[in-house]
Amino acid sequence: MQKLFENEKKAFMTGNEVVAWAALAAKADIMYGYPITPQNEIMHYWTRLAPKFDKKFLQTEDELSAGFTTIGGVMAGRKAFTATAGPGNTLMQEPMSMAEMMRLPTVVVVQQRGGPSTATVIYSQQEVNMTALGGNGEGLRIVYSTSSHQELFDYTIKAFNTAWKYRFPTFVLGDGYQAKMRESLTLYEPESRGINLIEPEPYLGKAGVPGVDRPPAQFRNTFSMEEELYELLMGYVKDYEKIMPEVAEYQSSGVEDADLVIVGHGIVFRAIRAAVDTLRRRGLKVGYFRPVTLRPLSIPQIRELTAGVKKMLVVESAYGQLARLIKEVAYGGTAEMLTMYRPGVGITAEEVEAEAEKILK
Amino acid sequence: MGNSSVQPVMPRSWRVDTKPHKFCPGCGHPLILKCLGQAIDELGIQDRVVFGCDIGCSLLSWDFFDLDTVQTHHGRTTPVMTGIKRARPGLICIAYMGDGGGYSIGVQHLVSAAARGEKITAVLANNTQYAMTGGQMAPTTLPGQKTETTPYGRDPETTGFPLPGQDMVSSVAGEGAYVARGSIANPRQLKSFLKKALENQMSEKGFSFIEALSACPTNWRTNASETWDFVERKMPAYFKAGEIKVPAGGQGEVQKDG
Ligand SMILES: Cc1ncc(C[n+]2csc(CCOP(=O)(O)OP(=O)(O)O)c2C)c(N)n1
Ligand code: SF4
Ligand SMILES: [Mg+2]
Repeated sequence: MQKLFENEKKAFMTGNEVVAWAALAAKADIMYGYPITPQNEIMHYWTRLAPKFDKKFLQTEDELSAGFTTIGGVMAGRKAFTATAGPGNTLMQEPMSMAEMMRLPTVVVVQQRGGPSTATVIYSQQEVNMTALGGNGEGLRIVYSTSSHQELFDYTIKAFNTAWKYRFPTFVLGDGYQAKMRESLTLYEPESRGINLIEPEPYLGKAGVPGVDRPPAQFRNTFSMEEELYELLMGYVKDYEKIMPEVAEYQSSGVEDADLVIVGHGIVFRAIRAAVDTLRRRGLKVGYFRPVTLRPLSIPQIRELTAGVKKMLVVESAYGQLARLIKEVAYGGTAEMLTMYRPGVGITAEEVEAEAEKILK
Repeated sequence: MGNSSVQPVMPRSWRVDTKPHKFCPGCGHPLILKCLGQAIDELGIQDRVVFGCDIGCSLLSWDFFDLDTVQTHHGRTTPVMTGIKRARPGLICIAYMGDGGGYSIGVQHLVSAAARGEKITAVLANNTQYAMTGGQMAPTTLPGQKTETTPYGRDPETTGFPLPGQDMVSSVAGEGAYVARGSIANPRQLKSFLKKALENQMSEKGFSFIEALSACPTNWRTNASETWDFVERKMPAYFKAGEIKVPAGGQGEVQKDG
């Protein structure tokens, strides 16, 4: 197949375009999708690029179908993905619960918009609950929350590898700002940076006659005995807990001597980092902690933090969705947990700075 | 089934170690699946078929065949099979579902797959109600028929008439589609319809859809003769057997009651 870029290429583009390029770079085979703002352009760019690289696309009748066809794609042994947002993410939870039950390496890109309901098509961080813990299950998923276009590119590529390596449904959690904004980044062929792309394998439609050359490959999601389900699920939970330390990612700075650590994810993290830089320059002992993976979280690091610092401030464009995840891990820690919630609206560095000053006064 | 000492001939594609199957005695599902297995045998496609079953009593077929199989969600077998087919067009994809799965909760998937001309085969067992959940009304419940949610009989005034699912599908399906209704009362015809549906997929003509009139004595609370009366007389009054749509220039040669 034709090379995407001569190893590296500087680009200035929207986040949605970045995702389409990243999926190509990750050697995704097929996208299934249903229109919803602000993720539409992922499909738009994919459908323009796909035929040139021998890739496929199917526009489905709704997000239930987009999710279930994605399941079909991965079970057939292809790298398949979809993208959605808001009410579409709500519908996506049904297929993703099946992906959890069958350990299917689906990749879903979510560009968060305002909620609940139809709300705004613009931006939020209100799809954390649903993306991390949605569906009728235990949230056995992997969720990367990106904060820049470079990360959208890096983590979309990574999501395919993570999904196929560990066989848990994997999500890239962006938002409307990242989706629509233009930013510069470097596109690259993963191999040129030493990233080995994991080859997909079929669950179904394997070689040979089932029952003759090999046992049939058969997958179910219903169980008649409680114990049967319990055993299966506890096996999954064990697998999940085992991979947590390898999968969990975070970023932190200035926490060692901090009087206040500001916690946030996604694009809000950029406001936090800028605020922390300014405050530090002014001599205030402030640090930041940013979970990159929201599922699983970097539990030991968060525990250490909440046992060591006096105050933590969780900042998010939602009413406590990240804070709830952090507080659960932090339980028993001594840090005072403060919050700054702005559901469905953007947060600037100045606002974070002002809030931090108020706290430290 | 199967307590006589002489074992009936099973299709080659049946998985022997999971028999006897888990359906109730007198159930229509295994009869439909037997016809399907025979059609698969005759076409010699066991190595290429992927079988998907819905949630409903069809879920019991998840280990029924020596075929690669996936049990999906209620109504979602059509999109799972669509996804597989789009990703691997060389596979032959069969979506097996109940009337609740196909005509109610998953009706948008069935109609949309037909309209897009997905090269898959959908097989729907019509037993006029939701069997797995204990016998509630389905879109196919006959007027006056008693179910758990129509204890005084289905009243078309408030709940409508039986859904003409075959007409619905064939009206949106493209030129290359094959749509037919068979019945467990006529297994030879049903098998020939299933075979032609699969051939339609294999020749990449278009969508294929078989509805099979089935029986659920458990929820109908019928004895053997009442069951057959319901399948052979009452159901066909609303659901006529035959080929509703055959692709232009092909597959018209099988007679109505084959
Ligand atoms: C989303 C969802 N809603 C409801 C159910 C409960 N449910 C399981 S089977 C079924 C009905 C099955 O009826 P049908 O499709 O006609 O199949 P049958 O059992 O009659 O063969 C329902 C409603 C479910 N499993 N999932
Ligand atoms: S409840 Fe009805 S449809 Fe289900 S297995 Fe029993 S007879 Fe068959
Ligand atoms: Mg039914």
